[in-house]
Amino acid sequence: MSAAPILDPEAVIRIHGLRTQFGTNVIHDGLDLEVARGEVMGIVGGSGTGKSVLLRTIIGLITPAAGQIEIFGQEVSNCTDAERRAVQRRVGVLFQDGALFSSLTVAQNIEVPLAEHTALSPELRSEIADVKINLVGLPLDAANKYPSELSGGMRKRAGLARALALDPEILFLDEPTAGLDPIGAARFDELISELRAALGLTVVMITHDLDSLNAICDRIAVLLDKRIRVGTMQNLMADDHPWLRDYFHGPRARAAMTTANEAEQG
Amino acid sequence: MTALADDTLSDADFAIASNQDGWVLRLDGAWITQQIGAVDQKLRALELPSQGNAIIEIGDVSSLDTAGAWLIHRTELALLARDIEVECRAAIPAHARLLETVRANDAHCPEPPEPTNAFVAMIERVGRATVDAAVEARDLINFLGHSVIVLGDSILRPGRIRFTSLVHHIEQAGLNALPIVGLISFLIGIVLAFQGAEQLTKFGAEIFTVNIVAQGVLREMGVLLTAIILAGRSGSAFTAQIGTMKVREEVDAMRTIGLDPMQILVLPRLWALVICLPLLTFYANLMGLLGGAVMATVVLDMTFFQFVRQLSGAVTLWTFWVGLIKAPVFGFIIGLVGCYEGMRVSGSAESVGRMTTRAVVEAIFLVIVIDALFSILFAILGV
Repeated sequence: MSAAPILDPEAVIRIHGLRTQFGTNVIHDGLDLEVARGEVMGIVGGSGTGKSVLLRTIIGLITPAAGQIEIFGQEVSNCTDAERRAVQRRVGVLFQDGALFSSLTVAQNIEVPLAEHTALSPELRSEIADVKINLVGLPLDAANKYPSELSGGMRKRAGLARALALDPEILFLDEPTAGLDPIGAARFDELISELRAALGLTVVMITHDLDSLNAICDRIAVLLDKRIRVGTMQNLMADDHPWLRDYFHGPRARAAMTTANEAEQG
Repeated sequence: MTALADDTLSDADFAIASNQDGWVLRLDGAWITQQIGAVDQKLRALELPSQGNAIIEIGDVSSLDTAGAWLIHRTELALLARDIEVECRAAIPAHARLLETVRANDAHCPEPPEPTNAFVAMIERVGRATVDAAVEARDLINFLGHSVIVLGDSILRPGRIRFTSLVHHIEQAGLNALPIVGLISFLIGIVLAFQGAEQLTKFGAEIFTVNIVAQGVLREMGVLLTAIILAGRSGSAFTAQIGTMKVREEVDAMRTIGLDPMQILVLPRLWALVICLPLLTFYANLMGLLGGAVMATVVLDMTFFQFVRQLSGAVTLWTFWVGLIKAPVFGFIIGLVGCYEGMRVSGSAESVGRMTTRAVVEAIFLVIVIDALFSILFAILGV
């Protein structure tokens, strides 16, 4: 388990009074959340509580019905295109299945944000893409493969490489370990930890994987009753909300804790 | 807070000096992705020493990311390639760690394969397309055989047909197509009458406009247009529906439960089109004749009664049957191709789109080919 980071007093993401709804179906109501620079924040919640909706709202794909979302102090739900692009440049997103562009090779996928947001020469772009491919632990020959030729785990790594292309300060991950086998999932967790240490990333991740929560998240945000409850794993385990009790004290949670404790003692 | 501060960061830069320790490269500015465009070119053009030691001073760098670290490391590699000792100095711990990370990940990915000679590539594509077309034709005939067996079986045992599904598809493919089929046939009737009248007036034979409209609509246009509309409307829908079910593994699920996709998915769709297309053709014929009649009364000062009297002399019952006999065959072909391409969808959602396009093109192509074959057949039979 990683040590608690020295938190920047200024939050890089600040959400206040967020309300999202589709028609009459209210997903979030009066939701507040702050993410500090350099921390790894896990978002959990039951099915249909709007984890993905929250993530998509923060990155600007869904317009909220009310409330403010600030990234780096910039209000994003109501800003000019230039301001939005400036924020986008500093944010990377990994979608669930990588969301790689299927008509481009892995290396070309990684170069897309570089070509769009910078004026670097093609040689340098390709060199940077090579570094990112190494960084996320893809085999070198994956560079010239198309997404359809990769396994699910490799597609996620390639998606991560693309998300890291511009060296973002915040990385959003949507269920990074879903669909991976336990070994692959553990490796992906390690990778996120390493990258966070090496690149000084702030990470916001949706996950259902209790092992991931335990291994790499500093704080956990739980979506409960259309709002969010934030705390460290220990805090939330002590909470007596029925859903939290079921979540953190179910058989799977206990198994995850046991392995983690054994690993620490060993 | 460094909110949006990179716009005010200074560009990456460097200076070269030589002192008693050797050749010194002193970096300053922000070595981050946004700011290294210019310095990349300068570094590539930089003349490196041929001997001695080299020192890279990083202390003045205000910020560093992996792209900047890669430039520093690339310079290190270039110096090492000349057998020059390199030392990085005065990096703050965060920068040193990042440099270390990039150093550990500096392997070159293989170059993308060279594109082959355009001529060779073209020949390869022609060959591939030919083989694909042959394989496709074989598989389609295979599917045809399978469908005929299932269809024949359903005639012997009509209880096998899923009645609800059949009615649903008849509604979708038949009833809902009435407005568009009617409108297009009506307009074609108008066009035929107008063009015919214009030419035949020159010979004073404008009364034969009715014959042109009647023969044209009843023998060819009615059935052909209806078939083409259904190929675009229902054939593509069949491919998309079945294809989506294939992608979501619903078809596999059916097989494991012991349901035959041919029975459940293909059979009702085939029957729906075989039943609907003749009915729609009949309707299209009526609308086409109506369009012709409207145009004839407008441009030829003909009364509706005159039109009908001329019509009854212009056509025989066979003129009508020649068009209508083709309809169930076309319906079968459209349904067959639509279902076949749907069953061929595999893997990704992308292939649903590709197969849908292909289904429409193939269905229209086959309909017109078979229409030509029917023409030959009728010419031989003399009807």
